[in-house]
Amino acid sequence: MSHPSHHPRYDVSVMLTGDRAQIDQIEQDIMARLEQFAYTKASRFAVKLSIEEAVANAFNHGHKHLPPGVPVRLEYSLAPDEVRVAVEDQGPGFVPADVPDPTMDENIEQPSGRGIMLIRAYMSSVAFSGTGNRIEMTYKKPAPKA
Amino acid sequence: MAQADSRLRVRRQDSITLVEFIDRNILDEANIQSIGEEISTLIEAESGPKLLISFSNVDHLSSAALGTLITIRNKVRDRSGQLRLANIDPQIYEVFVITRLHKMFSIHETTDDALKSFE
Repeated sequence: MSHPSHHPRYDVSVMLTGDRAQIDQIEQDIMARLEQFAYTKASRFAVKLSIEEAVANAFNHGHKHLPPGVPVRLEYSLAPDEVRVAVEDQGPGFVPADVPDPTMDENIEQPSGRGIMLIRAYMSSVAFSGTGNRIEMTYKKPAPKA
Repeated sequence: MAQADSRLRVRRQDSITLVEFIDRNILDEANIQSIGEEISTLIEAESGPKLLISFSNVDHLSSAALGTLITIRNKVRDRSGQLRLANIDPQIYEVFVITRLHKMFSIHETTDDALKSFE
């Protein structure tokens, strides 16, 4: 397994096995930390949703043709002003631009294909790298309302 | 009506089937699948099913859960039934708006409003 030493800039790196209890615990820890940093409920919702969707895409699409148990790497850094998260799978990757727009009339009844658009809607910035098998996303805490 | 390991609370009111989620988070793929199967069984049990799904306990749901809702909607439509959604938290409603699914579903603020809307 390749350890991406070229991505040393995240504070935490975890290998996810697909075990629900593991991801629940990690999300719980992240949410507790963000609450300490005074992120609002809406901000925490945005971050949790984006992590969920990115991890689900990694296992369901990235690892679709890989044996079960192949891990997905989750990396994150939590700070008072921003949250950075990366999710990297070991699949063949994909071309994000080729994913059909799920809000178009001809796609609206499709049961899948909404994860990436939700991540783009909720996160401040989103980038794919490698062959599309790695997503890096940042959430910037909005300035408090005057 | 509900199974022993059900993730749903199901009750009947007149001709309407009311479904509520037990979990606050509808994220786990296996759970979502079993929820979809359980609701499908309810839909298939009658012709012209009237189904009301309440999200009163739900804090989070994933795009996979949205996908299951679309499948449920299509099954209800295929059986000439009616589907209503109610008690959706504003943050989750925003997910429906972003994905434009709020236009696809009949969404009501309260269970009572939704019950009154059935034809």
